[in-house]
Amino acid sequence: MRIYFKYIQVLFRSEMVYKKSFILLCIGQFFVPFSIFFAMFLLFDQFGNLEGWDFYEVALLFGVIHLSFAISEMFFRGFDGFSTLVVNGEFDRILVRPRSTVLQVLGSKIDFTRIARILQGLFVLSLALTHIEIQWTFLKGMTVFFMIIGGIAIMSGLFIIFASMCFWTVQGLEIANIFTDGGREMTQYPLTIYAKGFRIFFTLIIPFGMVNYVPMQFLMDQTHQVSIIYAFAPLYGLLFLIPSLMIWRFGVLRYKSTGS
Amino acid sequence: MRAYIALFRMRLMLEMQYRAAALAGVMTQFFWGMINIMIFEAFYRSSVFRPAMTMAELTTYIWLQQAFLVLIMLWIRDNTLFEMIRSGNVAYELLRPVETYYFWYFKLLAHRMSGALMRCLPILLVALLLPKPYRFVIPSDMLTFALFVVTLTLGVAITVAISMFIYISVFVTLSPRGSVLIFAVIGEFFAGLVIPIPLMPEWLRNFVYLLPFRYTGDLPFRIFTGNIGHAEAFQGLLMQCFWMISLIAVGRFLMNRVLNQLVVQGG
Repeated sequence: MRIYFKYIQVLFRSEMVYKKSFILLCIGQFFVPFSIFFAMFLLFDQFGNLEGWDFYEVALLFGVIHLSFAISEMFFRGFDGFSTLVVNGEFDRILVRPRSTVLQVLGSKIDFTRIARILQGLFVLSLALTHIEIQWTFLKGMTVFFMIIGGIAIMSGLFIIFASMCFWTVQGLEIANIFTDGGREMTQYPLTIYAKGFRIFFTLIIPFGMVNYVPMQFLMDQTHQVSIIYAFAPLYGLLFLIPSLMIWRFGVLRYKSTGS
Repeated sequence: MRAYIALFRMRLMLEMQYRAAALAGVMTQFFWGMINIMIFEAFYRSSVFRPAMTMAELTTYIWLQQAFLVLIMLWIRDNTLFEMIRSGNVAYELLRPVETYYFWYFKLLAHRMSGALMRCLPILLVALLLPKPYRFVIPSDMLTFALFVVTLTLGVAITVAISMFIYISVFVTLSPRGSVLIFAVIGEFFAGLVIPIPLMPEWLRNFVYLLPFRYTGDLPFRIFTGNIGHAEAFQGLLMQCFWMISLIAVGRFLMNRVLNQLVVQGG
């Protein structure tokens, strides 16, 4: 853990060398999700509701997934651009050091401009939380927290899985975007609006639904049976990290250097 | 002119080599299209409100956006040009016996056309075979189709003219990331790529009609779906010509100015 903080410090200092560019990029990063959020607002403004969901309920989902995505994108950027480490042989150097590979890849890159996106996520989330009509309890507060944690775990898991694919393909896979960017795009709305096959796949296999409509049913007191399960459902997202790390391990074991 | 056409053909052949990347792009865009249609369909299902576009038109509109994404997205860029500006190698470009603005313009045009040629057909073919709410519908009369082809061509010409401003701005800032991001966010929103323009509230629509961005993709796509009639289509076509000529004129003026003031350090 100490080493990881050291990595963060070093990377932050190198980022700060280009301060003006950093600030401009942050402003830009803020407005990317903002334009999507604004579009969502316009749609609700005209249509009124989305299958019974109102604007602030969907804004809560939007805030949760964008916050999770921004956090994992910031810290897991090393996995996102992992193919370059394999292509240029940098990964060989990582392997000979006496520290875990996951830690070193994490420390290879941190994208600080994502702070702006994190702020944007927090902004939407707090807007939603202050306007949404919910009878708050302590457990419900915890559920929102679990949703963010679960979201981070799922996104990070996806980054790790697609980085592991590089052990086989060397090149990064553009298809990965379907699950990461596409997953975020999809999960900013309740998954209940999509076709059944989509919903089931993205609830059980890649468990976006567990940080989306499932816990929302608990927050809005719409659960029929054992509501406590719905409250802790987001933690199912953490389980997604287990197969992800297993695939990574397996990939590292059968890694053959590109020789460059 | 012949030099530009030769360049265009060369570039086209080069791009055709990257088929695997194109396939990945096709899958991604297909997924994106499906999600978007499902979202809008859910909105249409939940409310009695009807915007000035039917769901069937909207579906076709979204498939066209996805199929011709490469023609209209402003974040699609040629990094070699940025690298040239940053490293000073742009000096060699100035030695060529062709005007740099047009040289780059046709290079970028070819880049977009070849990308779209490879991607549009598979997406549209599959979309044609989908079941009802997701199906892509082809217009029945030839005039609509002809108008679509002409306006789409002019649309790409406008997209490239707008994107030239990104390259020009990099001469000043030297870092492309910020420029690309800001142009992309603003341009794509006003081009109807985040929500289709007919779904925007009236005040915003009136504003968007004053800007050039909707003439890139929105106009041709709505002509194709039948959302815009023939008379209005001809009006739009004239506006496209106006925007294309003025954007290129302003772009050339600015480009020549930055090039005149350009200082390339030796080394």
